[in-house]
Amino acid sequence: MCLRYNVYDMVTHYALYKTMLLIRRFEERLLIEFGTGKLTGTTHVCIGQEADAAGVLSAIDPEDVIFSNHRCHGHLLAYGGDPYHLAAELMGKSTGLVGGRGGSQHIQWHNFYSNGIQGGIMPIAAGMALAEKALQTGKIALAFIGDGTLGEGVLYESLNLASLWKLPLFVVLENNHYAQTTPVEISLAGSMAGRFTAFDIPVWELESSDVLEIHSIATKTVDFVRSSGGPGCLILHTYRFAAHSKGDDTRSPDELERIRVFDPLSIHGKRLTTEQRDDLEGEVRVIIDNAFNRAGSDPYPTLPPENMMENTDLLNPDS
Amino acid sequence: MPTILESLNTALLRTMDADDRVYVLGEDILDPYGGAFKVTRGLSTKYPGRVLTTPISEAAIVGVANGMAMRGLRPVAEIMFGDFVTLIADQLVNHAAKFNWMYNSKVKVPIVIRTPMGGRRGYGPTHSQSLEKMFMGVPGLKVVAPNTLGDPGQLLESAIADDDPVLFVEHKLLYTRSLLEPDQGDLIDFEVHESGGTYPNFILHIPNHVPQFTLATYGYNFELARAAVLNLLMEYEIFTEIVLFSQLSPFNLEALFESLQRTHKLLTVEEGTLSLGWGAELAARAAEKVNGLMIRRVAALDLPIANTKSLEQSILPSLQDITSAALRLTDR
Repeated sequence: MCLRYNVYDMVTHYALYKTMLLIRRFEERLLIEFGTGKLTGTTHVCIGQEADAAGVLSAIDPEDVIFSNHRCHGHLLAYGGDPYHLAAELMGKSTGLVGGRGGSQHIQWHNFYSNGIQGGIMPIAAGMALAEKALQTGKIALAFIGDGTLGEGVLYESLNLASLWKLPLFVVLENNHYAQTTPVEISLAGSMAGRFTAFDIPVWELESSDVLEIHSIATKTVDFVRSSGGPGCLILHTYRFAAHSKGDDTRSPDELERIRVFDPLSIHGKRLTTEQRDDLEGEVRVIIDNAFNRAGSDPYPTLPPENMMENTDLLNPDS
Repeated sequence: MPTILESLNTALLRTMDADDRVYVLGEDILDPYGGAFKVTRGLSTKYPGRVLTTPISEAAIVGVANGMAMRGLRPVAEIMFGDFVTLIADQLVNHAAKFNWMYNSKVKVPIVIRTPMGGRRGYGPTHSQSLEKMFMGVPGLKVVAPNTLGDPGQLLESAIADDDPVLFVEHKLLYTRSLLEPDQGDLIDFEVHESGGTYPNFILHIPNHVPQFTLATYGYNFELARAAVLNLLMEYEIFTEIVLFSQLSPFNLEALFESLQRTHKLLTVEEGTLSLGWGAELAARAAEKVNGLMIRRVAALDLPIANTKSLEQSILPSLQDITSAALRLTDR
């Protein structure tokens, strides 16, 4: 079963809730599967930040180009990526989005890309925006960065070029207040918005986990980028409920409890009836069960012969 | 015969003319300046919309090129001095070189990064290095270097047409050199065999004589090596086979192995520092393949390259270094 959203249908309370619920339950499930041994390695979940993914990606065109980061599962699912192929990728299966080669941080599907290096995606997204502009496709390029990315120098090289060359680049900065374990207060001087306005890049900024507010402000930013053909930035102040990756949370239980008021599912869930929410829980459970169960029985990849040949030659030098 | 500079410059003009997807970007590349070494001269006048002069932002230049390439363009980026490739390492190693394989062959990153390397011009420690060895052995990245024997322009066109990222290393001293004429001048004593393929290797052989050792080299150092080999022939009657590489990484070692089966003696000549270098890897591969191999390597000393000529000359490999190593290798 391949799940595809039409993003225009997402602009309903119901669809936005379903997207966020799918992301939440998907990531809860993958954390469980680390315990069962079906998943190994590392991962970065966006539990608590689902409204960013749902709100922003419902504001773009399905053909727009997305470059996401290490915390990319939510973005991919909100873009319309298939939970089964994502689950398979996380399990390292040959049916994964990139055949098990990339894993959690390195996925590619349709016009969606992600990579696990901070900052490096920014000039690439700018270059993609340049290409779309040059080829007159009407597409824009969206880069998801975080507060931690603001420490990387190449980000500022990229902002300079994006503004100078008027590239249709939509930067979404998700400030979840922590770079791994380091709070933003001890890693960032000056203002976040000022970093963009210094390059004459207009900034929209929102402190909310309400998916409707995020969708609304993202739509304004997207409209600006598309109509002006130049860059725009959206800063979303948000809260990550889970650890940076798996077991590296140094925040106090008090703090974790306090930020629960920003749970996007509770905030938006009030707009749905209990029955609607229960229906969606059931629907999402089936999707996720199917995705993980099917992926679980898929085969692991093997190296293709063309990659093996050189190694074989080295091992048998006289062959 | 055209100079290497003319060959590269006309190749860029030719590809930009033939293919609208070809863009050129880099620092100070607009006319009338036309780039620090003039390889891009004339491009911005003829194709103003597709020649992008950039701020001093090497990482972003290559990052932007990556993004352009992933979305259907064919960017050629110039890094003004090869020494600055350290600034683009992340974009090459963790982005361009990885994406095709990491994304399960669904994504292509056809970029060419052109950059002048090499010393002997008194530019000092940060404008004279041959840093290409840092990028050899990076899976997914090709490292290619023109020389005076092949056709540098054709090599560059092949790199632009290549679906993989290519680091195209141009030694500064090559720009003003003319392409060698077959059967003329320096080549008069040699028979030249070309390996074929996208980035051909060459074997230079002196006919009717059994070669006493094999000299492997690339780029500008082929100029020094050729002079040394002719000197060895005239002064010592030592016959040499030269294996000249155009593609430095990944390796195609067939021509080298073929020659070593005849000589069982290998001398590598490169301008990068000696330790953990191109020659070291070549020697290791050859030793794994050829029994009873004797090896000598000539390379730069493991030091920064000094500004003053007297020290620079001592640090970089010289004609005399090559001759001495060859004499030791052949027990003379």
